[in-house]
Parts: sequence; C-alpha cells; structure tokens
Amino acid sequence: MPDAPGLELIAQGIEEVRQGTVIETSFEHDRATLIVNPENVLHALTWLRDTPEQGYRFLSSLHAADYLPASPRFAIHYELICRERVERINVKALLEDPASGETNGASSDAERLPEIDSCVALYPTADFQEREVYDFFGIVFRGHPDLRRIAMPENYVGWPQRRDFPIGGEPVLFTHNEIEAPRWFE
Amino acid sequence: MEVERESLRARQLRARDLLRGDLEGRDLEQHVEERLLTTTLENALNWGRANAIFPMTFGLACCAIEQISLVTSRYDIARFGAEAFRATPRQADLLILSGRVSIKMAPVVRRVYDQMLEPKWVMAMGACSSSGGMFANYAVVQGADKFMPVDVHVPGCPPRPEAVLHGLNKLQRLIRGQPDLGWRQRYNAFGTEEWARLETGEPTPEAIERAALAVAPKHSETGERGIEVPGTESDA
Repeated sequence: MPDAPGLELIAQGIEEVRQGTVIETSFEHDRATLIVNPENVLHALTWLRDTPEQGYRFLSSLHAADYLPASPRFAIHYELICRERVERINVKALLEDPASGETNGASSDAERLPEIDSCVALYPTADFQEREVYDFFGIVFRGHPDLRRIAMPENYVGWPQRRDFPIGGEPVLFTHNEIEAPRWFE
Repeated sequence: MEVERESLRARQLRARDLLRGDLEGRDLEQHVEERLLTTTLENALNWGRANAIFPMTFGLACCAIEQISLVTSRYDIARFGAEAFRATPRQADLLILSGRVSIKMAPVVRRVYDQMLEPKWVMAMGACSSSGGMFANYAVVQGADKFMPVDVHVPGCPPRPEAVLHGLNKLQRLIRGQPDLGWRQRYNAFGTEEWARLETGEPTPEAIERAALAVAPKHSETGERGIEVPGTESDA
C-alpha cells in the first residue's frame, strides 16, 4: 500500500502524461484511492500497470456502487495489487446517471445508461466482473467483447442492485400490520 | 379395530374357498390363519411405495446440509426406507427442495420434476422453498408451489433433520392413502376463522384492536401502535 506521499507521487506521474486524469486523491484507513476522470480511466490503469516501478498488474476486484442521492451517482471501483511488493491501490471512477438529466426532458433519457471504457484488454479477468456490473447496475462498458447479463436471466428487465429498484417479494401480513389491511382474508 | 379384525377374518374365509382343492381340512385352516393376508393391490403397492422412497440427490442451498445429515448414522433416514438417494431424476420418486429457488433456478427445478417418473412426490424443506422465506427480493421465487405441486411443507430455517423425518412420515401416510388431517379437522376447530367470526358477530382480534385504538389517547411519538403501556407514561 503506498503511503499518502506515495499516492501523491502516483497521481503526479499520471497527471504528467495526461492532464485532467486524476481528479482527487484520498488516503483513508490506510487505503490509497485515486479518483479519476471516467473518460481517462484506461489511461490511469495502463499507467499503473505498465510503469516499471509501479507494476500493478493484478486486478483483484472490479465493482460498482450506487450512491443514489449523491451526484455523480455511480462509481466503478478498481482494486489493483502489485504482487511483487504486495501493495494495493484503489481506482475509483465516478459516473453521472444520464437518465436523471432534467435539463433536456426527452423521453429517451430514461433508457440511457451510464457508460465507461472496458478494461478487458488490460485485465482479462475484468470480463465477468464487468458483465456482473452491467447485470446489476446497468452500466455499459464500451468495447467489452460480450456484454450481456451473467447472473440474472437474460430476459430480465431492470437493474436490480440500483438503489431505486424496488426490493420485490410479496407483502407479508403480520399481526402488527394486519390493521392496515382490513378484511384481508376476502 | 374390532371391525377391522372381523373384516380380516371374512377375507381369510374368502381366500380359504379359493384354496380349497389344494389343501383340505385342518391343513387348510392352519395355512389360512398363518400364511395368508389379503389386501387390495393398491394398498400393497402403496405400502411398498411408502416404505421404499428414493429421494433425489438434489440440494439447492443451505438446507441441503441438513438434508445430507439425514443420511448420517445419527439421524439415519434408512430407518424409514428412504436412504437410497438417486443421482438421476428418472430413478427418484421424492424431490426434496432444500433451499431457496431463484427465478433462474426455477425452470431447472421444474425440468427435474418433469423428468421424474410417476408416482412422484415433492417436499418443500424450509421456509425459503415454502414461501420465499427471508429472501423477499427480486431474485427468489416466493414459494416453490408457484410453479410445481408440493405435497409436504416442512417449516424451519433450516429445519432440523428430525423435522424432515417427521415430514417424511407425513408423506408416507399420504402415500398409503391415509393422510394426516389438518389441525382444524383434528381438533374440530371450525368456526374460529376470521370470516366465521365475522358471520357470527363475535369480535375479531382486529376489531378489538381498532376499538382499543379509538379509545386510547393519541400519542404521536410513543409507540407506533398508540396503545399505552402502564408504567411508561411519557410527559406530553
């Protein structure tokens, strides 16, 4: 795990090659996180993987999170490991929800999905993990070789791990909420 | 019981008439009393079926661990003749749904059920396969009886192996054509249902609660039920 100055050096190194890639760095609870511009996420990952003194050549996890009231709403987290030095670094790309745009109220906005570049070419293990993120959050990975649902049935409609997705199931009547449904047995 | 014994005697006498000619006299009487038991073909078949159940080797989730321990010497499902877990649905006649059925698994479970030969029975083991259980969400079928018939529901999360064996005993009685009655029939408890209470004018629990709510002083911040608990008065 790079320490806080090391994280700043990494951010500087990435910035030197391409301006505007690293938006912010955060170092909390001994976890180093680079918050990067989603347009340049592949650049940041390539730099971390291919720079000889970095060598983060192992993607241990790729996952998404939905921070619904916040904007930008989604984040893709990449957790990288350098196995020679046993060091970890997190890369986080924040994504706006294009469906929430209120300025242009076109009806097609509701079906628009957030997009980000796929990193399968850099890390082949990202294949299934990006499919899983697409499956549950509806985030499209541009350039993914085979982007379709992986866990849910292929004809499923909706993105079930989003925070505004209804939980589902069936309402269950207990004695404490029986009074809310008078004559429920009819 | 006495009636049954008499009908047994009548059947033995009928069988004696069939055997007359091969044996005679005292030999015939002795043979009939010691060796013969008459029954219907259906009863004999069902007796065999109930005591030689072949369950399917099929686990869905954590209940499968309890299902596995059914076979161990501690619980020993072989006591009830159901120890031969078959690895193909074509040889099995009992499907134990041990765990939650996700919507992606449901077609598979249904296919396994369809591949089993008649006669076949299904036991929904645990809360999940009976009603969805704690998984009231987008991914889990809320009760396996939405897409296939279920004979026995065993409650529990997961049920103890003893509970599953109890369910197996109930299933055996069902197979023998003498299914156990529900508790309303057993205790003759008809007329205590909510709708029956409405018809007789007897106040239902919910009507009593509504009346209590109307009488109780309104506390906006005390408990959600609005019913005052003695000794815990809040200063309004």
